[in-house]
Amino acid sequence: MEPFVRFESIVAVLPEENIDTDQIIPARFLTTTERAGLGRACFADWRFDTQGNEHPDFPLHRPQLRGAGILAAGRNFGCGSSREHAPWALLDYGIRVVISTRIADIFRNNALKNGVLPLVVDEADWQRIAGFEAQKIVVDLEALHIELPDGSNIGFEVEAFARQCLLQGVDQLGYLLLQQEAIDAFEKTRAA
Amino acid sequence: MTAARTIIDKIWDAHCVRAESDAAPAILYIDLHLVHEVTTPQAFDELRSRGLTVRRPERTLATLDHSTPTLPPNPDGSLPYDSEATANQVATMERNCAEFGITLHGFGSGQRGVVHVMGPELGATQPGMTIVCGDSHTATHGAFGALAFGIGTTEVGHVLATQCLLQRRPKTLAVTVNGTLRPEATAKDLILHIIGVLGMDGGTGHVIEYRGEAIRALSMEGRMTLCNMSIEAGARAGLVAPDETTFAYLRGRPNAPQGAEFDKAVERWKTFVSDEGARFDREVIIDAADVVPTITWGTNPGQVVAIDQPVPAARDDIAQRSLSYMGFNGGAPLLGQHVDVVFVGSCTNGRISDLRAVADVLRGNTIAAHVRMLVVPGSDAVKRQAEAEGLHEIIRAAGAQWREPGCSMCLGMNGDQVAAGELCVSTSNRNFEGRQGKGARTVLASPVTAAVCAIAGVIADPRDFTVGEAA
Repeated sequence: MEPFVRFESIVAVLPEENIDTDQIIPARFLTTTERAGLGRACFADWRFDTQGNEHPDFPLHRPQLRGAGILAAGRNFGCGSSREHAPWALLDYGIRVVISTRIADIFRNNALKNGVLPLVVDEADWQRIAGFEAQKIVVDLEALHIELPDGSNIGFEVEAFARQCLLQGVDQLGYLLLQQEAIDAFEKTRAA
Repeated sequence: MTAARTIIDKIWDAHCVRAESDAAPAILYIDLHLVHEVTTPQAFDELRSRGLTVRRPERTLATLDHSTPTLPPNPDGSLPYDSEATANQVATMERNCAEFGITLHGFGSGQRGVVHVMGPELGATQPGMTIVCGDSHTATHGAFGALAFGIGTTEVGHVLATQCLLQRRPKTLAVTVNGTLRPEATAKDLILHIIGVLGMDGGTGHVIEYRGEAIRALSMEGRMTLCNMSIEAGARAGLVAPDETTFAYLRGRPNAPQGAEFDKAVERWKTFVSDEGARFDREVIIDAADVVPTITWGTNPGQVVAIDQPVPAARDDIAQRSLSYMGFNGGAPLLGQHVDVVFVGSCTNGRISDLRAVADVLRGNTIAAHVRMLVVPGSDAVKRQAEAEGLHEIIRAAGAQWREPGCSMCLGMNGDQVAAGELCVSTSNRNFEGRQGKGARTVLASPVTAAVCAIAGVIADPRDFTVGEAA
């Protein structure tokens, strides 16, 4: 996994609340056995008509938001299913950071394991960030803050262990595999 | 003296290989890992690429449910997959299970089913366990007093390789339902009502313990329906403390302890209850008498209303967007809305008691000519039982389709879909935009309500329907 230390990109705003995983990637795309190439399926029902043509009014289709890597989304982003295809699709579509006032538990866990940073900020800070739509902002995971174009910063928290993994670009399985002895001992205690 | 603990804390503490610290989450041991074809292929690939094996194949319960066809096999014995992709996904699961030594409850096993229907009916789901699955409706197993939650594919890989997960301790939420449910209020109506109270993100960050007189009075199947939809309120898990109802359900099931071992297990299971005075991070109290037949009117499961009430007027942009998608007007009655499709099934309501309730309504009746109704049993075992009772004949005689087990139209992955613009009354768990097919409109309801709507051809109140009444 690529380390996530500091990321600078254009911020796009999807103000809708409760953007569920069926919107992020509809179930019909889950028949894949791969994790690559899901960018085309990302927000598919919002981006494309039945003929597969782009809806010009989808925010990320606006010329000034093309290539945006930071998404400021309405409250309760990622609710619904446990499909990890949601962060896979976002990542393949170019999104590395999602900022919301609430992020669903399973989506948050899945995103952190794939180098997509799920950030929760309060409503006032979210509004400030959204106010800079189409401008470049910086998300600094080392410093735990967002740098806005006006020179101000907004702090955020990320679970300590997930943060270390992201900063170093290592996955969490490596750590778990090092715990074999403790797991063996635990299984023995329970069998006794 | 030890402090009073909730059932959630007790299960958590009993499974910590290592407690959490500021720097690292707890290492939580997983007793039972349920796997299916959709959320595992990439995890098996990861194991393969790292040269890892499955640590505890015997703690891994595998089945095929999401992508499987619900139409019967073709004359040549092949299965009528809707696409190469779904066929390939199932074949990949069969190969992965064989390669990694996991028993697959697949086609021909007689035990295949929707993963959250199959686990309990085999007796694999037991009180005090930690249970995970790459599926957000894993909370279903909480009905047995297990801590059961959905995980992503990366975490599926973690559990396959180490039987453990890295987890932070969740917050606890007590939902107490006092009093007695009305006879016309089912477990589905209750959970829809609860989600309406909590809101669709009201349980985020929490595990719910459902408690109180009305919960104790529910059957195991009712408790499964209840816990199943915890995620629709944002809670990754929801559970009910085990009691005599739980033990009676488990006794004699193939994967449950047998004989004297069972009695010993019951003594241990009885300790998985919240202590008197245990503190929850939050508490919500519901009066069972407030619960009536309830349906959704919008595009999230928190947008519920008593079936005989009008669609609420839009109070915000979210509601306005939902109304616009559903084609409903605020203030207009839901009763009488034209219904195109009725779906009975899913991990929420695909069990034998659900099918009996539907058959009781359909017996001697015919569904409206314009309605397409699918009845999809939750598992091979449910299908066998229903057919032994002749329920399939009642369902077919009424004009509905009797299908093979699977997730089917709950999410439409296997091709069982609702067409754009059609209104579907569904016993499943999500009414998100496009969930049942692009442009499909979903109304969530109980099996009884769904069957009554199928006969009426419009949204209809089950209280206006008498069992045995001619259409």
